Amino acid sequence: MKPRLGVYKFTSCDGCQLALLNQGEGLLALLERVELTHFPEAGPNAPEAAVDIALIEGSLSTPEEAERIRAIRARSGQLVALGACATAGGIQALRNATEAGSAWRAALYPQPEFIATAERSLPVSALVHVDLELFGCPIDAAQLLAALNALLAGGRYRPSGDSVCGECKRAGHGCVLVGRAEPCLGPVTRAGCGALCPGQGRGCYGCFGPSAQANLASLKTVFANLGLPPDAIERRFAFITAEAFRAAGEKHG
Amino acid sequence: MAEAKTVSLELPLLARVEGEGALEIAYAQGRIAGLKLRIFEPPRYFEKLLEGRHYSEVPDIVARICGLCPAAYQMSAVQALEAILGLAPTPWISAMRRLFYCGEWIESHCAHLHLLAAPDFFGCGSVVELAAKEAAAVRRGLKLQNLGNRILKFLGGRSIHPVGARVGGFWRAPGAAEAQALLAELQAALPEAEALLDWVLAWPLPESDQVFESVALRDPAGYAIETGRIASDRGLDIGAGEFERHFSEHQVPHSTAFHCLHDGRPYLVGPLARLNVNSDRLPLDIRQRLHQAGIALPSRNPFHSAAARAVEVLYALREAVRLLSDYAPNDTPYLEAGARAGCGCGVTEAPRGILWHRYELDEHGLVRQARIVPPTAQNQARIEADLAATLAALAEAPEPELRRRAETVIRNYDPCISCATHFLTLKVER
Ligand code: SF4
Ligand code: SF4
Ligand code: SF4
Repeated sequence: MKPRLGVYKFTSCDGCQLALLNQGEGLLALLERVELTHFPEAGPNAPEAAVDIALIEGSLSTPEEAERIRAIRARSGQLVALGACATAGGIQALRNATEAGSAWRAALYPQPEFIATAERSLPVSALVHVDLELFGCPIDAAQLLAALNALLAGGRYRPSGDSVCGECKRAGHGCVLVGRAEPCLGPVTRAGCGALCPGQGRGCYGCFGPSAQANLASLKTVFANLGLPPDAIERRFAFITAEAFRAAGEKHG
Repeated sequence: MAEAKTVSLELPLLARVEGEGALEIAYAQGRIAGLKLRIFEPPRYFEKLLEGRHYSEVPDIVARICGLCPAAYQMSAVQALEAILGLAPTPWISAMRRLFYCGEWIESHCAHLHLLAAPDFFGCGSVVELAAKEAAAVRRGLKLQNLGNRILKFLGGRSIHPVGARVGGFWRAPGAAEAQALLAELQAALPEAEALLDWVLAWPLPESDQVFESVALRDPAGYAIETGRIASDRGLDIGAGEFERHFSEHQVPHSTAFHCLHDGRPYLVGPLARLNVNSDRLPLDIRQRLHQAGIALPSRNPFHSAAARAVEVLYALREAVRLLSDYAPNDTPYLEAGARAGCGCGVTEAPRGILWHRYELDEHGLVRQARIVPPTAQNQARIEADLAATLAALAEAPEPELRRRAETVIRNYDPCISCATHFLTLKVER
């Protein structure tokens, strides 16, 4: 029997599942090896079926989502969290730092009482056990296919904990931090994108989240020396993966 | 009166759309007494989290509203912000923005046509089933989708949440050799986009005749994509800044997505609306092919949206070839400006229809207020009206049939429910 694969969406932009749908022929090849039980955006819809591998996109931001993730966890073999939303609460977790949950609801909706959302936007690991996290906003599709291949072969997959700087050097990009005095989060951001932003001549904004040993304090000093005011420095870290950088700051300074 | 009967169904979908939704229909004496398309995609509060951010951060933030059309969000935002900052894009920047946008139209339309819509018209549950029946067409579609992604990567580094666009232009001008290689691939794919249009024009699209207003951008220079005035087939003709005087959003209790109305009435945005408003801007050969296929413009059959998407894939691919043909790298790929306080609006044609933004900046260039009206909010009321028209005749139909028709109607609008849904729960009372 083919292994069963389910793709589940929570609060998200659909970008991470689209990274899978964008694989074209690669997707068709994958689909020959697995039984796709649940992937509503692509068609199959069996939310209650047990699966061997569950791919989770999105953060948990409503009471219904908290209930649903627990049920998926209970009937899944391996559970994989995809992207900044599922691993760090996503950009929508910016509301966690404020007292804003209900205030924002009231500001945007004339009748906020019709809207049920939690005060915080949480990563999947906050509520259930996660077997593997893939980072990025969006995830890198090649990395997802490699991870699925490893899991299907009964092996393990661990994303690198190195920083974007290493990929930047390997790609032969000139350093934008040194060369152009552009603030770049590359030194403290997890590798995986292939150093896309420096390749465009701009600084990394941290969409893969913090690298394993991220030393935020020293990079903040570098930014301050570039002339960046403190509020602008804070905004750089309070972005796509704000919660993960906040936790890394508490751990490694 | 017939005995009241309530049945609840879990629908696979809104399999083949984005996000979460449900449909409730109540029939009384064989007529529709109530119809609600419920959207309960959790709100993400983008308009609030933009507040206090610097204008230069906006393109990377708004991209995250939707994985299917991130470039559209970026382009509406930069237009609005540049209006405040007093930046006028150079011809090179304008041409590259149109090229960038063509990539997104090709990618998004091909994904919708093949992965989401086509299975409906071939009696298949998903693209996996369809691939067994129509292998060559599916492969062609995935290839064209990938080419759209290639265009996005050319200017943006990656196709989902591209990192190349900025306020004022692009971070970098790709090299001539890169452009040549892409151009060669696009040229080679032109016959495939022609074949895609022929394939879709042969689909058994359902008959339907409905009255609605089509709203789209209109541009003197050509088929409007990234610039233009907001126009309709009922004489509307306004600039982006006048949008709020004519269009208003309403919260309805059954949905987290707003209903946006034009002068209090539902209207259509998206590929068919664009074709209806801009048929005279289409190349003659494309108009002739539509005519031969029996599609007269303006069309009052919402299902012609599928044909409109195939038309736009071909048009966008031709545009991309044209824009790349005389490509030269530019050493000023972006313009810079000092911060300035003010208010500005921007509107472009996302694959799903007009996408309107308004920002207010303070003197430090920080966002004081943001308002974003996505296409799905604009089509919401029209989808309900279409469902009411289509399902009226099905009061006695068995539920699987009702559900199939409802899904086909909803999917035809390509609602991107994460910006405004994936399980359609169907609740019928009769
Ligand atoms: S991580 Fe980013 S790309 Fe993935 S679903 Fe969340 S917002 Fe979208
Ligand atoms: S540009 Fe950024 S990622 Fe690249 S080497 Fe410099 S600091 Fe590191
Ligand atoms: S360079 Fe940084 S921000 Fe850019 S894509 Fe890579 S991880 Fe994301």
